[in-house]
Amino acid sequence: MTAPTGSAVLARSRPLRAPEANRSNALPAGAWWLWALGLATAASRTTNPLLLGLLVGVAGYVVAARRTDAPWARSYGAFIRIGLFVVGVRLVFSVFLGSPIPGTHTVFTLPEVPLPDWAKGVRIGGRVTAEQLVFALYDGAKLATLLICVGAANSLANPARLLKSLPGALYEAGVAVVVAMTFAPNMVADVMRLRTARRLRGRPTGGVKAVLQIGLPVLEGALERSVAVAASMDARGYGRTAQVPPAVRHTTNVLTLGGLLGVCAGTYGLLAAQGAVYGLPLLIAGLVAAAAGLRLGGARSVRTRYRPDRWGARAWLVAGSGVAVAVAMIWAGNVDEAALHPGVVPLIAPVLPLWPAASVLIGLLPAVVAPVPPSAGAPRSKEIQ
Amino acid sequence: MIRFEQVSVHYEGAARATLSGVDLTVPEGELVLLVGPSGVGKSTLLGAVSGLVPHFTGGTLSGRVTVDGRDTRTHKPRELADLVGTVGQDPLSHFVTDTVEDELAYGMESLGLAPDVMRRRVEETLDLLGLAGLRDRPIATLSGGQQQRVAIGSVLTPHPKVLVLDEPTSALDPAAAEEVLAVLQRLVHDLGTTVLMAEHRLERVVQYADQVVLLPSPGAAPVMGAPADVMAVSPVHPPVVALGRLAGWEPLPLSVRDARRRAAGLRERLAPVRPPAPEPVTAPALPALAPSPVRRGALARLLGRGARTPDVPEPVADVTARVERLGVRRGRVEALRRVTLTVAPGEAVALMGRNGAGKSTLLATLVGMVEPTTGTVLVGGRTPHRTEPRDMVRRVGLVPQEPRDLLYADTVAAECAAADSDAGAAPGSCRALVSELLPGVPDDTHPRDLSEGQRLALALAVVLTARPPLLLLDEPTRGLDYAAKARLVGVLRGLAADGHAIVLATHDVELAAELAHRVVILADGETVADGETRQVVVSSPAFAPQTAKILAPQKWLTVAQVRAALGEPS
Repeated sequence: MTAPTGSAVLARSRPLRAPEANRSNALPAGAWWLWALGLATAASRTTNPLLLGLLVGVAGYVVAARRTDAPWARSYGAFIRIGLFVVGVRLVFSVFLGSPIPGTHTVFTLPEVPLPDWAKGVRIGGRVTAEQLVFALYDGAKLATLLICVGAANSLANPARLLKSLPGALYEAGVAVVVAMTFAPNMVADVMRLRTARRLRGRPTGGVKAVLQIGLPVLEGALERSVAVAASMDARGYGRTAQVPPAVRHTTNVLTLGGLLGVCAGTYGLLAAQGAVYGLPLLIAGLVAAAAGLRLGGARSVRTRYRPDRWGARAWLVAGSGVAVAVAMIWAGNVDEAALHPGVVPLIAPVLPLWPAASVLIGLLPAVVAPVPPSAGAPRSKEIQ
Repeated sequence: MIRFEQVSVHYEGAARATLSGVDLTVPEGELVLLVGPSGVGKSTLLGAVSGLVPHFTGGTLSGRVTVDGRDTRTHKPRELADLVGTVGQDPLSHFVTDTVEDELAYGMESLGLAPDVMRRRVEETLDLLGLAGLRDRPIATLSGGQQQRVAIGSVLTPHPKVLVLDEPTSALDPAAAEEVLAVLQRLVHDLGTTVLMAEHRLERVVQYADQVVLLPSPGAAPVMGAPADVMAVSPVHPPVVALGRLAGWEPLPLSVRDARRRAAGLRERLAPVRPPAPEPVTAPALPALAPSPVRRGALARLLGRGARTPDVPEPVADVTARVERLGVRRGRVEALRRVTLTVAPGEAVALMGRNGAGKSTLLATLVGMVEPTTGTVLVGGRTPHRTEPRDMVRRVGLVPQEPRDLLYADTVAAECAAADSDAGAAPGSCRALVSELLPGVPDDTHPRDLSEGQRLALALAVVLTARPPLLLLDEPTRGLDYAAKARLVGVLRGLAADGHAIVLATHDVELAAELAHRVVILADGETVADGETRQVVVSSPAFAPQTAKILAPQKWLTVAQVRAALGEPS
């Protein structure tokens, strides 16, 4: 009885090993998003296909190592498909609409559509060069990598939890988004059900007519469900508000509105040529006012939070690794621009720059430090029904 | 705890008031069951307690409803949220968040309870409802019974004094229903919660009730009293009560246990009579409809799609459907394994088994919506998933769990016309069926305005228009009251006598006992029992109807059989 079990020994001897994930050590959704946005920022700084591939690989590895079997975690594959689609679209556009990239290696020539004079600068068909294809490919790959990074965050972090970390004043907007998100899968299920029903009546399940006939009941069903959810939320206390003195309410309105105006004016000042002097201070003042307004507005809501996500060391490491990748890539771009943007004119084979590549690998850190999700098929999926 | 004083509810556009002159007092700490036929305003009465009627649904409420002294006229539902917990018919439309733990906490968050209180109550509730193992699970992945328990748990965490439940067990299999009822029992006994619940499946719940409120007919005043007294006069009652009334037991037993203790005499009277042998299946096979010319689009011809399966000689009359060693996989899940089943014309087969056992998958395979992974399925000599839907409708018809899915049109007449053209039947044949199954429904009624039972009848008529020799029904009695169920049984019996083979997937053991010649029990995708109804259900604690349990070891299945044996007029 007193002999420690094997796992206990392991746990004691290796305290740094990532623990099994549960609610209390779950990483905040924000940490995953910071990590993914870091990778995405890095991707936006380069067109080197080798670096982009490395970024996709890093994101994919972390997703494979740390995603759960929850419904939202299955979206990663969809994002990869969207990414490939983007690359394809970019190539097709480049082939048919031409490209400003001057090139000498003609791959093939399409018949060119003669266009009237006023459409100067637009070309349909014509010569397709290797340079323009490679350029389009790099460009598409960059966009695809951005999308895949977002997809990684989406499948690692529960989107609803991200919205739960909104300030109290924005809570109601957050709930609306959460409810809307749960509707998409329900509507897909409705479509499946109604297609089945069409088959049962001996009607073809494809075609415009079928879509029209299914569409109305699906929308009807969605509407009915939203009314039911609204009733349920109302009966469970959604929208209970505390009594707030009118003075506070007015201050809140003034602060929020004034703050937002300040942010707008400040941003305009920053972007306009001559407004740089007052732009920054105005922007900062606006942000502060808006934040204060949101905080005061939160006082109206009586809500409390159940087990909010805690930022622990692991969360900082995950978020930090993403930020580090982004910073390293930006810095590398300043030092050696050419390595991150391999030339297309003249056409040269891209090389893998050593230090930027090494810095991308920092992004693998979450695969080690993030808590491990319990493996699928563990006994708990065998609950008594 | 709950007081109704002269409450009437009138919805806009309705011909008459849904509730009128209701006077009712529900004392604290009781489990009160609300019974009555469909459409008498049970849901409206429940909604009035939580304030959703009229604040949310509209309509005019006159009179006064107070809950623990709070008047629903001046308190909106959200201001009653700490006092009343409401769970509707469909748990899925109740959930606001996506995981079990968040859902349990949601109500408390809205009320602004302190974080440590919330944490403690969530843990307590997880234990109380046996949900601890599911705490991190996404709600969408839970079974029906688990979802229902989460829904109840989610309104329990704010510690409401009153719990209002609308048909909490209707969609559940017998075991899951027991699970939910056990939880309710515990709440009433341990926590002193007042529970007001409406339910059609009285055989499951009436024994747990402290009092019963009967709404006998629309607009009539409610009758409240001890369960046995109310059941003695109620138009809706479970088989145990029917048997008790038949045998003249006093006081009326409500549970199988009580009834068994009084049943010795009845068993003796019945001993010399042999339970009727199941009616032999000797129905003639249906004459097949003349095949209508198949219209094929130019595109389909071009792609070579829709090629007719080579004409197999028309089915031999002795077998309508044959399933052999059927296996169906979905991803890694084996939904069905080595299932073998034959259905003869005129035979009614009940498929039973817990939620997720593969009943619906088997039905889907029979209509060709699911492709078998292994094994063969032949319906009317065709392989369903390789046959065009247009051909298939004349061989097999399925009434899905939600009959509304089958109905597209906005009037009954349009629906019938569409059904005739879908099936290639003579114009008017569907309408004739509707008039037969559902007398007195005007042509211009919107299908949405029909009651559950009427909608089911309409869907059934639509399916029957093509005169399929094989008729499949998925969970047909969900939401039906006893009268609608009895009508359904009558209709289905008639169809079987005409030579239709019927396969129904159901949790309703009473329905299976009334109707089925054979019962097939599925568990985890395998057939675990297949035999004559009496042989299969009498020995099973979960699937035996109440009459069989009371009169065991004699093999009586329904009250009607006993009545006939005693020579009483029905």
